[in-house]
Amino acid sequence: MELNDKLLSSYVAFENRVDTNSDIHEIRSEAFQNFENLGFPTKKLEAWKYTSLNSVLKQDYSLFPNKENSIQLADVQKYFIHDIDTYKLVFIDGKYSSFLSETTHDTFDVCLMSAALTKPKYKAVIENYFNKIAKKDNLTSLNTAFANEGAYIYIPRNVEVEKPIQIINFTTGSEAAIMLQPRNLIVVEQNAHVQIIERHQSLTSNPVLTNAVTEVFAAKDATVDIYKIQNDNTNASLVDNSYIEQKSNSIVSVHTFSFGGNITRNNLNFYQRGEHIDSILKGITILEGKQHVDHHTLVHHIEPNCESHQDYKGIYNERSTGVFNGKVVVDKEAQKTNAYQKSNNVLLSDKATINAKPQLEIFADDVKCSHGCTIGQLDDDALFYMQQRGIPEKEGRALLMFAFANTVLESVKIPEVKQRIAKIIANKLNVKIGFDL
Amino acid sequence: MLKIENLQASIDDKSILKGLNLEVKAGEVHAIMGPNGAGKSTLANIIAGKDDYEITSGTIELNGEDISELAPEERAHNGVFLSFQYPVEIPGVSVTNFIKTAINQTRKAKGLEDMPAKDMLKMIREKSELLEIDRKFLSRSLNEGFSGGEKKRNEIFQMAMLEPKLAILDETDSGLDIDALRIVANGVNKLKSEDNAVIVITHYQRLLEYIVPDFVHVLYDGKIVKSGDASLALELEAKGYDWIKQELV
Repeated sequence: MELNDKLLSSYVAFENRVDTNSDIHEIRSEAFQNFENLGFPTKKLEAWKYTSLNSVLKQDYSLFPNKENSIQLADVQKYFIHDIDTYKLVFIDGKYSSFLSETTHDTFDVCLMSAALTKPKYKAVIENYFNKIAKKDNLTSLNTAFANEGAYIYIPRNVEVEKPIQIINFTTGSEAAIMLQPRNLIVVEQNAHVQIIERHQSLTSNPVLTNAVTEVFAAKDATVDIYKIQNDNTNASLVDNSYIEQKSNSIVSVHTFSFGGNITRNNLNFYQRGEHIDSILKGITILEGKQHVDHHTLVHHIEPNCESHQDYKGIYNERSTGVFNGKVVVDKEAQKTNAYQKSNNVLLSDKATINAKPQLEIFADDVKCSHGCTIGQLDDDALFYMQQRGIPEKEGRALLMFAFANTVLESVKIPEVKQRIAKIIANKLNVKIGFDL
Repeated sequence: MLKIENLQASIDDKSILKGLNLEVKAGEVHAIMGPNGAGKSTLANIIAGKDDYEITSGTIELNGEDISELAPEERAHNGVFLSFQYPVEIPGVSVTNFIKTAINQTRKAKGLEDMPAKDMLKMIREKSELLEIDRKFLSRSLNEGFSGGEKKRNEIFQMAMLEPKLAILDETDSGLDIDALRIVANGVNKLKSEDNAVIVITHYQRLLEYIVPDFVHVLYDGKIVKSGDASLALELEAKGYDWIKQELV
C-alpha cells in the first residue's frame, strides 16, 4: 500500500486507540483533513523544488510498532552527551523509555507529550500553546493528525534550568522500516532559561522516516538554546519542522549540525512577536556520498527593534547535495530591524551541488538587512601554506574545514556539545586535530 | 646543505628557470637579488614544493637527498622553511593553534610524541618575546587582518618555533617599516647558527644591512648570472640591474 493511503486508512484506528480530550481530537481531525487534501509535498511546490521525498516514501513503513523494544545503555551511551549531567527524554521506536530517561516535575516539567495531552494538570498549557504556531502545511498537518508522543517541556517564570535537556529518538530496526512522528512542545516562561539537545539516531540500517514537529514559545526575557545533532545513518531520513515564537527581549538560538542521514529537511521558522528580540540560526553541514540536506529558514520580523542572525556553513563532498533557502520577512511595522544572513559553502567535488537562495521581503523602510551566499573550493594557497609548515595535506584540508566551520562552532554555549561536534567532524574527516577549537 | 644543479622549470609551458645552479652550505647566508620576473619567487616555491611548477630537468638536493619528488610537508619535515612573500590568511585558526599543530605534525613525522603543553607554552613565550609579539596577537586568527609588518613578524616567529635547517626568506622586507625590519632581522640573526642556512630573496640592499650575507647572487632570466660577496649588493643598489643585463649581451 502507498504510504499516503496507509496513513489515511490508519487514522481512525489511531484516534480510537489514543486516550484524548475533545479539543485535541478536533485539532487532529482538522489536520488530518488538511493532509488528506494536500498529500505529500512534491517537487512541483516551490518550497520543495530541490528536495524530492519520492524515494523515501516508497518504503513500506510500520506506523505503530507494537513491540516494546529495550536497548542497553552501554550500546547507546555514545549518542548521549554523557560527560555532563542532563535531563533526558528517550524514545525507542517512538515509545518512551523510562529506563533511559531522566525526567522531572520538581520546579518545572520535563516529561511526555502523551501525558500532557491527556492529563488535566497540563490542560491550560496545552490549550494555550499546542498547535498554535505550527503551520497548516502538508507535513506539519500530518504530524499534528498523529500527534501523541514526544517531549513536553514547561519552564515557569524566572527558572534557570541548570542541566541541559536531551531529547533522543532511537530506532532499533525491530521493524523492516519505520515512520516516526514525534511532537514536541517547549514553553519557556518569562525570564526563564533552558538548553536543549535533540538527536535522532537509528541503530541499524533499516529505513527510517521521521516527520518531527517542535513548537517553542519563549516569553519575555526568556533564553532558549537548541542544538540539533543530525548524524544519523544513511538510511534514515528526517523532516524537522520547528516553529519558534518569541516575545520581547527574548533570545533564542538554534544550531543545526547536519552530518548524516539520507534526506534531511529542516523547516526552521521564527516569529518575532515583541521588541528587542534576538533570533539566532546557525548551521554546519558536512555531507558525502549521496546525502542531501535542505535548510529552509524563515524569520518573520513583526515588530520593531529586533535582530536576527543566520550563519550557515556547508561542506559538500562526492555527490552530496545541499539547499539553503533563507527567507526573511520584515513587516511594515518592524522598523529598525537588523537581519543578517550568511550561507557559505565549499564544494569538494565536481559532482556535489548546492542551491542557495536568499529571499528577502522587506516592507519597512528603516532596516538593515544583509545576505550573502558564497560557493567555493578550499583555498589551495592556504593548503600549501599549511603543508609548508609541516602539516600534511589531509590534516591541512581538515584544519581548513574546521576553520571554515568555526564561526558556527564557537557560538555553542555548552563546551561538551562543542567538543562532541568537533569530534564528529574530526571523525568524518578522518583526522585527529590536536587542539580544541 | 642545499645543492641545486641545472634546474629548469616551467609553469603552463612557460619556461621560468633555465638552468639554475646554487650551492648553500651550513652556516652560510646567501642573498638572491634580481629584477622583477627573474624567477626569484619561483625558485623559493619550487624548493618548498609548490606543485604549480613542472621541473623539466635538474636536481634539488637537501643534505645529499633529492627532494624534488617530496610533498611540501615532507620537505618541511626535512627542515625546509619558506617565509612567504604574501602569507595566507586563515580565519578560524589562531596563531597558537596553528603553530602547535605544525610542530606536533612535524614531530609525528619524526616518530616523536606531541610536545608537552608546558614546553610548548614556554617555547611560544620565548620566541614571541624574541620577535616582540604580544600575547593578544597569538590568539588572533592566523594572519587575518594583520598588517604587513605583523604578517612578516609572524612568519619569522613560526620559523623560530620550527627551527628549520634551511630558511628561505622571500621578500621578507617588503611592507616593513624600519622598526619592524630591525625586529625581524634581529630575530633571523639570533636563530642563525653553524648548523643552519638562510637564503634571503630581496629586491633591495636595505635588509642586507641587517642580515649580512656571505654570498650575493644575481638571478636574471631564470639563471644565476653573477655571484659575489656582500659588496655586490651595494653595487646593485648603486647601479641597478641594467649593467648586468648589458654585461650579458
